[in-house]
Amino acid sequence: MLKDAYDVAVVGGGLVGVATAWGLAREGCRVVVLDEGDRAVRASRGNFALVWVQSKGYGLAPYAGWTVRSSEAWAGFAETLKQETGLDVCFQRPGGFHLALSEAELQARADALKRLHNQPGIVQYKAEILDHAAVKRMLPDIGPEVAGGSYCPLDGHVNSLRLFRTLHTALNARGVTYLPDHRVEAITREGGEFQLVTARGTITAGKVALAAGNANMRLAPMVGLEAPMLPERGQIVVTERLRPFLHHPVVTLRQTDEGTVMIGDSREESTDPRGLTIGVSATEASRAVRMFPLLASANVVRTWSAIRVMTQDGFPIYDQSESHPGAFTVCCHSGVTLAANHALTVAPMIARGALDASLVGPFSARRFHVQAAG
Amino acid sequence: MFKRLGDTGATLTLTVDGKPIRARIGDTVAAAMLAAGIDHCRTTPVSGAPRAPYCLMGVCFECLVTVDGVGSRQGCLVPVAEGMKVETQLGKREAGR
Repeated sequence: MLKDAYDVAVVGGGLVGVATAWGLAREGCRVVVLDEGDRAVRASRGNFALVWVQSKGYGLAPYAGWTVRSSEAWAGFAETLKQETGLDVCFQRPGGFHLALSEAELQARADALKRLHNQPGIVQYKAEILDHAAVKRMLPDIGPEVAGGSYCPLDGHVNSLRLFRTLHTALNARGVTYLPDHRVEAITREGGEFQLVTARGTITAGKVALAAGNANMRLAPMVGLEAPMLPERGQIVVTERLRPFLHHPVVTLRQTDEGTVMIGDSREESTDPRGLTIGVSATEASRAVRMFPLLASANVVRTWSAIRVMTQDGFPIYDQSESHPGAFTVCCHSGVTLAANHALTVAPMIARGALDASLVGPFSARRFHVQAAG
Repeated sequence: MFKRLGDTGATLTLTVDGKPIRARIGDTVAAAMLAAGIDHCRTTPVSGAPRAPYCLMGVCFECLVTVDGVGSRQGCLVPVAEGMKVETQLGKREAGR
């Protein structure tokens, strides 16, 4: 092995990449993270920061169990990061809501949860439909239009910008090599090692973990894998810092540890991260005010759009290459929720050189080719 | 710290944290507070440090105050009015106020 070679090259320095890289470093691997530059389209800087369980897994029941596993591991994950770095990522799991603004919305929500939890083999956890009065006991500031909502005690949130910074700090402390401005252009495998070609030189590593978000679609075929992606745009509205009033995150609205209220959850087909559709922001803000009328007087200090990492069916993709042994994909939408799994479960599998099919088998991209998979 | 250049013009009375101060018609809330010798108008939501009006032209947001029950008003952009109730804003704004 070359003297500058690494055990594992992680491609992508966003949340999925750095969580995986940190887990690999904990397993004793010599790790390099190859990242794009500051202008990369980066979901890690635009996301909504929920650690979310309810609603996950309709159409692929094991995804619900995978999500619950990460939710359960999150507190320990945050505590370990704090011990390593001294930084608090402000993880809280007070339970979260999905609010309905009409009886029809509430019925649709109840039906969706019933379909989700009726799937064969799905993990059992508490998620209940509450009426207006029951919601109001936990969220006293809801408006009269709130018909009710669903509540799941496993739902939580985190300061995701601080999580991103904390993981980078932890990587640095563990001696992981971080190389920004190293966009990977080509990957080849010779002599049992991978060569990752960038404009700034070629990096050699024994294994490769592709954690480049939507760019995995371009990278995966280089190592005999595939990652069918369908990026979409979301928009977020942020208010000035307010005294704490909202003690549970709502799927479309949460008060951060710093006091700002983030309002979001839009979906657009556009993949232009620079644009902003005012009508979408206005709709988000309007629904937020109907849910919590006291927000009507709050000042908005920021709005932004960001591109979601999204696979074509919305579920994660974890794969190992048959044609290029040692190449893996780690690809998902929920890089915050699943960060604990990527660090504590997926990374050790990659370090050992084989994914554990009993845990991540259902998430192979082979599912996109039902007939071909036989 | 600040002195008015002349002493002409009609005046009115507003209150800052319940205490009456005199101001000239046409003053902004920020100017009236500075002229009255009030040395800070708010404390920050992050560290609690005191802040005073700074740019006086609507840009810096240092002069945020609560005016007649509405928080985070820019004092330098709000003209004074007879009987106006101004409150210094301590830390984060209260939601709905």
